[in-house]
Amino acid sequence: MSGPVIALVTSAGGGPDRASLEALTVARQIAAATGSPVEAIVVAERSSAGGAAASLAGLGVARAIVVEDDRLTPDHPDGWAAAVAQVAETRATSAIVGPGTERGNDLLARVAARLDLPMAANCLTVEPGNTWAISRQRWAGSLIEDCRLTARIKVLTIAPNTVAAGAPDGGAAPAVESVPVTLTDADLAVHVTGREAPERGKISLTDAKVVVGGGRGVGSGEGFAELEELASLLGGAVGGSRVVTSAGWRPHADQIGQTGLRIAPDVYIACGISGAIQHIVGCKAAKRILAINTDPDSPIMAVADYAVIGDLSTIVPAITAEIARRHEVDSPSS
Amino acid sequence: MNILVCVKRVPATGGRIVLTPDGTDIDTRYLGFTVSPHEECAVEEAVRIVEGRGGSTTVLTLGPAAAEDQLRDAMAIGIERAILLETDGRDWDPVATARAIVAAIRAQESANGPFDLILFGNESADSGGFQVGIRVAAALGRPVVTGIKSLAPGEGSVVARREAAGGGWETFELPLPAVVSVKEGINLPRYPSVPGRLRARKKEIERSTPAWQSGGLDKVVLRLPATETTQAEVLGRGAEAAPAVVDLLTRIGVLGR
Repeated sequence: MSGPVIALVTSAGGGPDRASLEALTVARQIAAATGSPVEAIVVAERSSAGGAAASLAGLGVARAIVVEDDRLTPDHPDGWAAAVAQVAETRATSAIVGPGTERGNDLLARVAARLDLPMAANCLTVEPGNTWAISRQRWAGSLIEDCRLTARIKVLTIAPNTVAAGAPDGGAAPAVESVPVTLTDADLAVHVTGREAPERGKISLTDAKVVVGGGRGVGSGEGFAELEELASLLGGAVGGSRVVTSAGWRPHADQIGQTGLRIAPDVYIACGISGAIQHIVGCKAAKRILAINTDPDSPIMAVADYAVIGDLSTIVPAITAEIARRHEVDSPSS
Repeated sequence: MNILVCVKRVPATGGRIVLTPDGTDIDTRYLGFTVSPHEECAVEEAVRIVEGRGGSTTVLTLGPAAAEDQLRDAMAIGIERAILLETDGRDWDPVATARAIVAAIRAQESANGPFDLILFGNESADSGGFQVGIRVAAALGRPVVTGIKSLAPGEGSVVARREAAGGGWETFELPLPAVVSVKEGINLPRYPSVPGRLRARKKEIERSTPAWQSGGLDKVVLRLPATETTQAEVLGRGAEAAPAVVDLLTRIGVLGR
């Protein structure tokens, strides 16, 4: 039996985020293959560590490790890296597995740098062995690399939206173990010094159930008004391709694709988007894609489930009008 | 302020990736080359900072001799000096890449004084390791932040902002010297001017040839993901398709009331 597999769990809105639960699925597979337990380190304020551990009940986690240092908050990336590195060293850990999110990649790269270990980012599959056989995403998932990882402790992040998060099996919450760590002032030097809350009432592209995306075919910044109207009727959010953000028609924060956001809505309505691979990698996790495009042979059609052929500037307003018409028929008094 | 920007030559893949017959690389015979959009923005940011406050700018890459093109692209928009760590074209993993860059930075700094700010792109467009900037910072003992979309250098420190995980923004203030990985969106890079291109063509490039090494992560083969090519169901043409679209939205439950 080898040392534990450490699952790094980051949190959002009081519980573990989905990407961490997906990474936990892979951590459990590694633990099963190597005959070792899974131990979780939850990146959270110490005061909320108990609740965080409880939220991992029934997910195959033997122990939840709480770092004993009240100065450490999720806003201290080097502090957490120091803590994770120390825990990994003292427990003869075989692997550290975390989410391939911005925060997960940042934190585990810091851990790997401290311990002078390689790190494989955005892994898809992991086969433990003498050297570990790993497949991982390149080009944000447009290409897969099969590679070998040789290291004392394997540091891995798991590509989000590529494995399922496990469903709780009704088992007990993991035992909580408090572990002392030694943090220097230098470890705590880099920290968040200010925050701005998200714009109120705005649905984030990454959480939206419906996303309406616009590309070159929208033609101008003003052209997005019709997309905004449709999105608001559907309770969704509006995004765009790189063409659109590079042209300044939309802010860069709305970009869907390799250098922007990865979205996973129930439906993605792609309007006037031809479908370069850099865009597709940002939207392929959508459950369904509806493409509205003048060109029935555009690459977006190869990933779309549904299509409407034609000019979005007439089709999008027609859809909005049809939704409004049906709503009036159904509730004539309102 | 003295700024170093690190970039990586990558193929401009466009529509579809084609692999070499042995599957170990992308077939680049018909492709142009560029750097990641994040790195284009890092170059632009360095030029803007020095335009505003004075100082010097240097661009560095680890790559084949042809990566000279990407260094000249950076010089064409205003970077002053360029350093090429020339390879034989093999892949270098993130650990080995960071080691070579650290050695080059140490040599540069002992000759020319320290870089106040070292900029990276958040991740390379091709191998996407998300770690070289962090490793370089750790080796040099300097603070680092990633994912940065706004940068304001002051006297002896720099204020850096990024989008927070749950929406909104978070701010860091780092003492200089520091390392920052930036993302596309921090600025809108300019196009090089013709005089800029002509100047860049004549400039010297400092070269050295570090020895290849493995840092423990070794590529075996590349493959394309199983394509889930769909046969899109055409709901109709033009505005007449609207009722069919609304039927679909109702059926899949996104048009509740």
